[in-house]
Amino acid sequence: MEQLIGELKIQIIEALNLKHVKPEQISDDQPLFGEGLGLDSIDALELIVLLQQKHNTKIANAQDGPKIFKSVRSIAEYITLHKTS
Amino acid sequence: MNQVFVIGAGVISAIGNSYSECLSSLMHCRSGIAALTTLDSIHKGKLPVGEVKLSNEALAEATGGNPALTRTALLGLHAAQEAVKDSKLPDLGAWRVGLLSATTVGGMDKTEMFFPAFMQDSKAGKLKNVVHHACGSTTEIMAGYLGVKDFITTINTACSSSVNAIMMGARMIRHNLLDIAIAGGTDALTRFTINGFNSLMILDDEPCKPFDANRKGLNLGEGAGYLVLASERVIGNLQLNPKAIISGYANTNDAYHQTASSPEGNGSYAAMKNALAMADLKSSDIDYINLHGTGTKNNDLSEGTAVKRLFGEQYPRLSSTKAYTGHTLGASGGVEAVFSVMAIDNQCVFPNLRFKTAMPELGVQPQMEMQKTNVNHVMSNSFGFGGNCASIILSSFKS
Amino acid sequence: MNFISGFCKLRDFQMITSSEHKSYGNANGETFVSGLYSDHKIDYPKFYKMDMQSRLGFLSAEFLFRDVPVKDYPSDSLSVVLSNADGSLDTDLKFDRSCQTAASPSLFVYTLSNIVAGEICIRHGIKGENAFFISASFDAELMCSYVDLTLSQPQTKACLAGWINVVEEQHDVLVYLVEKRQRGLCFEHTREQISKLYY
Repeated sequence: MEQLIGELKIQIIEALNLKHVKPEQISDDQPLFGEGLGLDSIDALELIVLLQQKHNTKIANAQDGPKIFKSVRSIAEYITLHKTS
Repeated sequence: MNQVFVIGAGVISAIGNSYSECLSSLMHCRSGIAALTTLDSIHKGKLPVGEVKLSNEALAEATGGNPALTRTALLGLHAAQEAVKDSKLPDLGAWRVGLLSATTVGGMDKTEMFFPAFMQDSKAGKLKNVVHHACGSTTEIMAGYLGVKDFITTINTACSSSVNAIMMGARMIRHNLLDIAIAGGTDALTRFTINGFNSLMILDDEPCKPFDANRKGLNLGEGAGYLVLASERVIGNLQLNPKAIISGYANTNDAYHQTASSPEGNGSYAAMKNALAMADLKSSDIDYINLHGTGTKNNDLSEGTAVKRLFGEQYPRLSSTKAYTGHTLGASGGVEAVFSVMAIDNQCVFPNLRFKTAMPELGVQPQMEMQKTNVNHVMSNSFGFGGNCASIILSSFKS
Repeated sequence: MNFISGFCKLRDFQMITSSEHKSYGNANGETFVSGLYSDHKIDYPKFYKMDMQSRLGFLSAEFLFRDVPVKDYPSDSLSVVLSNADGSLDTDLKFDRSCQTAASPSLFVYTLSNIVAGEICIRHGIKGENAFFISASFDAELMCSYVDLTLSQPQTKACLAGWINVVEEQHDVLVYLVEKRQRGLCFEHTREQISKLYY
């Protein structure tokens, strides 16, 4: 899980063009949307693409995004549970 | 300032290849949305879209255009030619004529055929496929065939593009910069836009349900719609019978998000309000609103909120004809302006197909069936990505 | 008569306004915009999510409004009239490439010419009318007459106008503020004056 969380931080920064953020600046449980990292609805869609492309995990409903993408840990947990081989 | 008259209208969409065909479909509740057939895409046979039922070859034959032209240009030419014919102008050359055309797709339908081969091998791919890629090229091609030389311009403001083109045409006539304006827009279906809207997760995998509580998104469509606008001098001189007048219009920016509308519908509210003010009308004067009504959660709630803010509980009959045609993107304002002319010309309002349940937040009930009724003033809304909000009011000539 | 109060040009990796001229010698697009952003101490987290066209448009408006602020204008009294030749071609190409693996929603958002107008409006709270024209090349006549048309409306007091064209490493940006009142440069808003600014 820790390795996945570490991987995700790097991938999120790259996918969302967070130029001035370093992986060690994102804590595992900090909120990603709204106040946290300031991500918005388009970022959520990019995260859906990221999960599909890099982690074989599908999110069919964009409305589930806010719950799944609450923090890096919640994303990692979702992937672990729903990843298709 | 000059009044602006509508003396011709032309349209092509998923529900018909002409003004009369589209009108018949609207009146008989015949939607044109069906599974994608033409594009070579993973969505073929599955994704509901509003395809025009003519091939490029058929469009070329009907217009006298080159079949190798982009589909956007062929669709535009088809509708614009119909509009000019409908206007019964004996000679365009006798007047200062402008072509103000909107498109977001331009020649993308051909360009996307070029790239796969080119990406594999930089010497492969047919360059002639990219020659007319630019949006401006579409307009220039059309101007060539229509014989318009005095003023040509292309507008691209996403889904509000063709209303902005009509607004500009009207403005130029009001300020005596043009006598006649052929104004509207055209867009063809492409894999580019299908993939893009799919990535935004705002497509409905079933025929859309605008303004319905259970709406799931939009259906993409293609088409073209143009009005021929003229000044009083032209009308008087040629003794023409106008179909309608452009009585008001407005454009604002929502200044909220690149693609989403503000929850309060600020941009749309201001655009509708300013259009009413320009037309010197009260909200109760509007007989029918042709909504932008794409069927997305966001647009319909935002637009519905704006409508209620402006009209209160006494909102006029309203419907989204995108349930018939799909969302024709840059052409939607033009297509729907023509539908608005039809509403005035035939004294009727069109239903909002597939509507069952009102949005619980607003309780707005769109028009459920085709209805003959007094229609003097029609408001047509078009809201585009980038926060561009446009609203136009067409009124009957006698009012 | 309307008046041009200020301008900002971003071309050949140079930034030019009526108060500043800065050159970014051996830059490329990315280092140019990053340099401009950090050197002028701009703080706008969403900046790096924008495409190149929007970033350049955003920066040019930022520098223009530092010279000629518009904060005192009611939000609906400012209009935006922009144009270019290549639409959103730069991002169209990037989006099309992304479709080879998975269509990128954040790229798709920018595959429309007028999104740059939207970004400027969001940043500065501009709610007045906005238009975007596609012309083969910078059309001073069209820009002059359309901006004057928007300003002929009583509620419109000023207009951010300009040309924002980006294709890969070719950047050609000129924005200028046209107002009913005179301040700053006080240039008369004419086709000749606009051409002089551009060329």
